[in-house]
Amino acid sequence: MQQLAKRLAEAFGVSGFEDEIRHVIREEIDGLADEVRVDALGNLIAFRKGRGGGKRIMFAAHMDQIGLMVSHVDEKGFMRFTNVGFVYALASWGGQVRFADGTIGAIGVDGRADPRHALPELRDYFIDVGAGSKAEVKQKVGSVDAFWPGFVAQGNIWFSPNLDDRAGCVALVQTLRQLKDAPIDHDLYAVFTTQEEVGLRGATAAGYALEPDLAIALDVTLTGDIPYASPAMEVGLGKGVAIKIQDSGMIGHPVLNARLIDLAEAEGIPYQLEVLQGGTTDARAIQVSRAGVPATALSVPSRHVHTPSQMVDQRDVEAAVRLLTAFLRRPIVL
Amino acid sequence: MDKARINEILGQLTAVDGPPGSESRVAELVESLARDTVTEVRRDALGNLIACRRGAAEAPGRIMLAAHIDEIALVVTKVEKGFLHIAAIGGVDPRSVIGQEVIVYPSGPGSDRYPAGLPGYIGSRPPHLLSADDRKKVVPLKDLRVDLGLPASTLDGGMIRVGDRVVVRGPYCELLNGRVATKALDNRASVAVMLGTLGYLANMTHTWDVYAVATVQEEVGVRGATVSAFGVQPDLAIALDVTFGDTPGVNGGETFPQDHGPTIGWGPNMHPGVAGQLKALADDLEIPYSVEPLPGNSGTDAWAIQVSQSGVPTGLLSVPVRYMHSPVEMVVLADLDRTARLLAAYIARLDSRTLGDLAAEIS
Amino acid sequence: MVELRTLLCRLSEAFGPSGYEKAVRTIVREEIQGAVDRIDVDTMGNLIAFKAGAGAEPRLRVLLTAHMDEVGFMITQVKKDGMLSFKPVGGVDPRLLLGKRLVIGENRLAGIIGAPVPHLQRGEAANRVVDLDDMAIDIGAADEKGALGKVKVGDYATFATGFSVLCEDAGWPTVRGKAFDDRAGCAVLAALLKRERLPVDLFAVFTVQEEVGLRGARVAAHRVHPDAAFALEGTLCDDLPRPPDEDSTPVTRLGDGPALTLMDRSVVAHPGLMALLQESAAAEDISIQYKAPGLGGTESGVTHLAHAGVPSATVSVPCRYIHGPAAILNLNDLNATVQLMDATLRRITAQDLAR
Repeated sequence: MQQLAKRLAEAFGVSGFEDEIRHVIREEIDGLADEVRVDALGNLIAFRKGRGGGKRIMFAAHMDQIGLMVSHVDEKGFMRFTNVGFVYALASWGGQVRFADGTIGAIGVDGRADPRHALPELRDYFIDVGAGSKAEVKQKVGSVDAFWPGFVAQGNIWFSPNLDDRAGCVALVQTLRQLKDAPIDHDLYAVFTTQEEVGLRGATAAGYALEPDLAIALDVTLTGDIPYASPAMEVGLGKGVAIKIQDSGMIGHPVLNARLIDLAEAEGIPYQLEVLQGGTTDARAIQVSRAGVPATALSVPSRHVHTPSQMVDQRDVEAAVRLLTAFLRRPIVL
Repeated sequence: MDKARINEILGQLTAVDGPPGSESRVAELVESLARDTVTEVRRDALGNLIACRRGAAEAPGRIMLAAHIDEIALVVTKVEKGFLHIAAIGGVDPRSVIGQEVIVYPSGPGSDRYPAGLPGYIGSRPPHLLSADDRKKVVPLKDLRVDLGLPASTLDGGMIRVGDRVVVRGPYCELLNGRVATKALDNRASVAVMLGTLGYLANMTHTWDVYAVATVQEEVGVRGATVSAFGVQPDLAIALDVTFGDTPGVNGGETFPQDHGPTIGWGPNMHPGVAGQLKALADDLEIPYSVEPLPGNSGTDAWAIQVSQSGVPTGLLSVPVRYMHSPVEMVVLADLDRTARLLAAYIARLDSRTLGDLAAEIS
Repeated sequence: MVELRTLLCRLSEAFGPSGYEKAVRTIVREEIQGAVDRIDVDTMGNLIAFKAGAGAEPRLRVLLTAHMDEVGFMITQVKKDGMLSFKPVGGVDPRLLLGKRLVIGENRLAGIIGAPVPHLQRGEAANRVVDLDDMAIDIGAADEKGALGKVKVGDYATFATGFSVLCEDAGWPTVRGKAFDDRAGCAVLAALLKRERLPVDLFAVFTVQEEVGLRGARVAAHRVHPDAAFALEGTLCDDLPRPPDEDSTPVTRLGDGPALTLMDRSVVAHPGLMALLQESAAAEDISIQYKAPGLGGTESGVTHLAHAGVPSATVSVPCRYIHGPAAILNLNDLNATVQLMDATLRRITAQDLAR
């Protein structure tokens, strides 16, 4: 699973520009689904037909990560940018970025800002690719980049700027792998969504199109196991898959959550209960599509979310996979 | 149905707790109270209660009423040595919960012994122990704790879990001049209005089908209204909510007189024809009302319903309530009956020309 | 060009704040009646014009939107002294409001937003931005009763700005007026409809309530369920001289042609439609520019999420000073936008919509 994680983490895919990561995932799931298609928003929709008599289930993990879009290339070759998705100014100075074509850049802060005394704004930063002039720069207005470098594994821990939500994508691919040839009654739509970071847009379209009987999003969540965590949050790295009671955009379907909790207990899968203040997932968009869908999310706890050194514990990803596969192997009554 | 019955219904409704996402007790109560006036009841995927009262055969139209049954509440985020950390669900003012009695609804092992929840209290640190500066600051929710007064070991078995709901205790209290104070008038006042309307309709003739929807999760983003409107597909809708009742010391431009009937919403979120029809009817029936100017998002279920699918002509009737989102919300009971009578009369007058009249207003 | 200018003048001077677009709708209907196959008005007030394509079946269904509403005000209280309290409808910078002329309500009553008297303010007070809550509209009434005879709570108001021609040079024809966001877009759409039939089926929707949350476009896109959608806007233009050592790109520049949106807060433009717009511009020798990414939102933000997703893009006419009492635009940009859309809609195929 680590190799899979590395491949997915190192594929380029900023919100709205997910071609490369979609291609990589498509290769990874080759042979694991009955039909694969791409919709108008660029969502990758893999359909695995069940034996019948089950539910129509949607799992969603988003392929996109936050990034930066070039808004101006100056005469000296420095590039100004705007954010794609939520980018902390605090976590940007000195960050390394990589463009879709592989060009590497560093994020500098210009002389108008005074970083020792006040937090600069994104407008004070620039991307520096080491060019001497505008003519030497291959990028232009509209070029997109993401934080870099990519993936490192250390013990059980993965480091990568985009574990939100490549960790969820890993869990979903791994789930499909585990299900290969398994006798499952339910029809499963494994959707690798786009543009989650800019407003759950891919999931909005996919939820509407697929009309599932129930949906589970796979994403990361924060942890409360750092020094002086505030507000308190009872989720920690390595303590299992988090079952989302609620976040700021969605209240998890109580019966669906109860089923997942009972299942985790019965199977001895480590789990935690999650209340996230600030932040939401694709599940929110699917829950309010059409006449409503019973939905919840399973989260991989993560530290340093939306910074270049995001971390997860792979055991939590494994727990998520175990819970998803166990869930699919049984009839579901809500 | 009459004024006294509506008041009685309000008492029952406010005695039940319904935090966003956990509205089933309120939904059950609404269902039992509506039973005699509707022919079909169903629940949708989010728990909205959709009750249908059929009009005369071959109804020319379908009207949806929406009154949200959820109330703002708190959620447990951590259990620490017998004390509970909490966060808000919906717009909870931290100033309103300090020094407040609460009820905790546990869901972990052993919780079935407490179906009515556990009593608790959100206290404050004694002022004697605080600096002069600290005494002037609002204590944020993250620094407040729910005290159940139980030995820490009682909770060791995990009876109270992260995600469990905590609701403020605000019992129904009669004041002078036909006023009552209780928690959750936002939005039980409107639910009482909706049930009152159904009750009045039971003795009137109406041709349109009425879908009375007790919506969920309004306080966290009008989610119930979003999905229920899609499912019901109404031709016309009226959302029922509360608005700011006039209060001494509060800017008069943003509040509306109590004991003066409902407010009729006016602005981009409301269809001008629906608002116009409600006004004309109220004038006709000599039911007092105020016009509530809403230049944008009304902050109610109407915002979601109006843009459902290809659009729904939507109106908004609101009951003025003082001290909104506090445990002592206050209403004048007579306003509930006025609103119910206006709405029932409006529904009784809907006919095959209504939609054409509304379209003419817009052309 | 004179025709386009006259059309823009009519549209600009019409009274149409979000929620009360009737007057604009009437003008639009008059302008396009003979040029389209069918006109409907939906329950929100969107005017939906259908013009069948001349191409062979199956034809693509393309949605074009331009919003009729402008930012404005609503009267919220008539005070004892006859002054009117108000709230903005849509986003208005409060610093632009002092000392402005308005028209109010059905009867287009004249009113003004008063301004503090500098002689009578001292020290800090003279430098403070006046809060909206401290402003009032004065219609000259003696008291509350006098005011209530003429206006009521809930009445809408807009700026009273009239349309003027600033420059008539063929190379730089500029005009000034209110509500160019988005009467400029409405002018583009109306002009487009008056041209020859295109190969594709056109659903030209003059929408309502964009300024209060892209509301009209949302229901129109659901109803039409198009294969592709373009939003036509009057957008930000901040091209005034900057300090000489500053090296930056303005949001858009007057005179540099239609501005394409790569990405704003509401949408990432569909790559296929972007490529198509770029190719069409190149083929017809139309200069285009790119709006600085990451600013604002347009109706593409909701049309692209209709149903199971709709490829969408936004094309805008640069307008200086939008959301204020008056904006300035260059008619060549407006005309070029019409040309660009015509050229694009002559070329669009299903291939452009694939991912």
